[in-house]
Amino acid sequence: MTTFLRETSIVFNRQLRMNLRNPAWVIIGMLQPVLYLLLFGPLLEPVIGQLGVNQYTWFVPGMLVQLGIFGAFFAGFSLIGEWREGVIEAERVTPASRSALLMGRLGRDLLQLLVQALILVALGLVMGMDWNPGGILLGIVLTILLGGACAAASNAFALTVKSEDVMAPVINLVMMPVLLLSGILLPMSFGAAWLDTLADFMPIRHVVDAVRGAFFGEFDASTMGWGVGWTVVLFGLAVWWGTAVFRRENA
Amino acid sequence: MIHARGLVQTFHTGRGKERKEVHAVDGVDLDVEEGEVVGFLGPNGAGKTTTLRMLTTLLRPTAGTATVAGYDVATQPVQVRRSIGYCSQVGSTFSGAYAGDEVVDHGMLYGMSRKDAVAKGQELFDRLQLDGLWRRMPKNMSGGQKRRLDIVMGLIHSPSLVFLDEPTTGLDPQARANLWEHIAGLRTEQGATVFLTTHYLDEADALADRIVIIDRGRIVASDTSDNLKAQVAGDLVDLEVSADEHVAVARDKLGSLAPDVAVEGRHVRGRVSRAGRAVPGLLRDLESAGVALDSIEVARPTLDDVFLTLTGRSLRDAEATAEATDPPGGVPPEAGATPSPTTTTTSTGAAR
Repeated sequence: MTTFLRETSIVFNRQLRMNLRNPAWVIIGMLQPVLYLLLFGPLLEPVIGQLGVNQYTWFVPGMLVQLGIFGAFFAGFSLIGEWREGVIEAERVTPASRSALLMGRLGRDLLQLLVQALILVALGLVMGMDWNPGGILLGIVLTILLGGACAAASNAFALTVKSEDVMAPVINLVMMPVLLLSGILLPMSFGAAWLDTLADFMPIRHVVDAVRGAFFGEFDASTMGWGVGWTVVLFGLAVWWGTAVFRRENA
Repeated sequence: MIHARGLVQTFHTGRGKERKEVHAVDGVDLDVEEGEVVGFLGPNGAGKTTTLRMLTTLLRPTAGTATVAGYDVATQPVQVRRSIGYCSQVGSTFSGAYAGDEVVDHGMLYGMSRKDAVAKGQELFDRLQLDGLWRRMPKNMSGGQKRRLDIVMGLIHSPSLVFLDEPTTGLDPQARANLWEHIAGLRTEQGATVFLTTHYLDEADALADRIVIIDRGRIVASDTSDNLKAQVAGDLVDLEVSADEHVAVARDKLGSLAPDVAVEGRHVRGRVSRAGRAVPGLLRDLESAGVALDSIEVARPTLDDVFLTLTGRSLRDAEATAEATDPPGGVPPEAGATPSPTTTTTSTGAAR
C-alpha cells in the first residue's frame, strides 16, 4: 500500500508540475467557476425565482456538478499526447502499479476540481447562497467523486481510441444529453413529463439532486441514497475501467 | 539472460467476413547469454517489435514461454520490469517537461530515492554527452539528443539487460555514428547485456556480436555476422570496362570464376569465392586480352545478401510486402521516409 501511494504521488507530482508550468491551465481553471457564476447567474435568476427558493443555493450546486463533469471529460486529451510521445509505454515498463499510473493523473484532475469548487462555493456564499456547512461539504465530496469517475472514464476512453479526432465528437455527443437530462441549469420539472421521466434514467441527474439537496440542508433519504449510490457506483466502474485499460497490453 | 521457447503472438484484423488471424510472431525460440550484444534484424513488420514487447512484459504472449533475467514474463512481470531497461522507438519523455525531471521521476518509479535518481541521472547525462541539458525540454532537443535521453531513461535504474528498439531510426549519419559509440559503451562501461532491434544491416553489423534474423514472425538465422556472410557464395566483383566492345570479353573472363555473371551497361558483376586471391589473376587475364577497366570494386557480402540467401527476397522487397501485415495498435508507423543508408550489392561499405 505504501508503495502504491508513493508511486501515485510520483505520477501526481509529475502531472501537477507540468500543468503548473502552463499559465493558461492555471488561469483558465480559476476563471471558469467565476465566469459560470457571474454570467449564468443573472440569466437564470428570474427563472429560478419562480421556485421561491434562494437562487444561488439552487444554482451553485448545478454549476459545481457541471464543472466536475465537463472539466473531467477533457482530462483524457493530455493522456493521448503523452501516449503519442511514448510516456505511457515508458511508465508501463517500470514495476509501478498500473492503478498508480491512473490514480496519480486522477489526483491532478481532482485537485483542480477541488480548487475550482472552493472558488465557486466561496463566491456563491458572497453572493448570498445559504450557509449549510455539512451540506456544502457533502456536495463537494460528491462532485469530486463524480468528477473522478468522469476523468477516469475519459482517460480510459482516450487510451482506447488514442485519437483526439474521435475523442472530441464523442465527448460532445455525451455532453448534450447529460446537460439536458441532469437538471443542471434548469429544473426538470419545468419540462414535459416524458422528459422528466426520461431524466430519471440519467444517473447524473440523481447526483445533481443530491448535491442540491445537501446545499439546501435537506437530507432526504431517498434523494441522498440515489445520489450517493450512483456516485459511488460510477466512480467504482470508471476506476476499474481505467485501471484495466492501463493494464491492457496495447495501451 | 533471455530464453524464449515457441513465442507466438496472434492478433485479428478486419471485421466480419474480412476478419482474419495474423501471426505477427509465429514460434520464436531465442537465447541470449549474459554480456552478449545481440542484433535482432528483420524487415519492417517481421515481428521484431512484437517480440520485444512480449519480452518486456508489455504484451502477453498468445503461446509459448519466455524467461528474461531469470523471471517468467507471464507470471513474474514485476521482477522482469525491475531487471530490464527498455528504449522504445517512439521515445519516452514528454516534449514539454524538463529532461532531468523526467529522468528522476522515471527512476523513482523504479523505487529509487530522489537523491539517488538525481545522482545517477546526472552521471548518465555526462556519460551520454547531455551535460547542460538537464533543464532543457525534449521539444528543444535534436533528434540525437532525444534518443540519448531515451537511453538515459532506460538506464536510470542500472538494469542488467537493455532492450533498444530501432535506436537510430530517423537520425542523420553523424548522430547515428555517435549513438553507436554509446550503445557499444553499454556493455564495456555498464556491463549490460544488450538486445537491439534494427532494420539497418550496417547497424547490426557494427554493434552486435551475434545477429538473429527474423522474417514473417520466424527466426531464420542466428549467428555471428562473419559466419552469416560466409553462407553467401563469395564476394561481389564489379568490373566497369572502358568501352562497350570489351563487355563480352570481361563477361567471359569473370564467368570462368563466378557461376552467375550479370551485365548492366558497361558493368559486369559476379560473385567470386575468395576474391582476394582470384582477382589479381583476373586482372592479368583482362590486361592481356586488351580490356581496359575504368573501375573495379570488390565487396564482401552484406547482411542484405545474407537475407536474400536465407529468404529468397531482398530486405527491401520484404519491407514492401510486410507493410500490409504490420500489427495494429501499439506499434506506431516507422519513419517511412527514412532512407536506408545501406545500399545493396555495389557498395564497398560492407568492409566495415
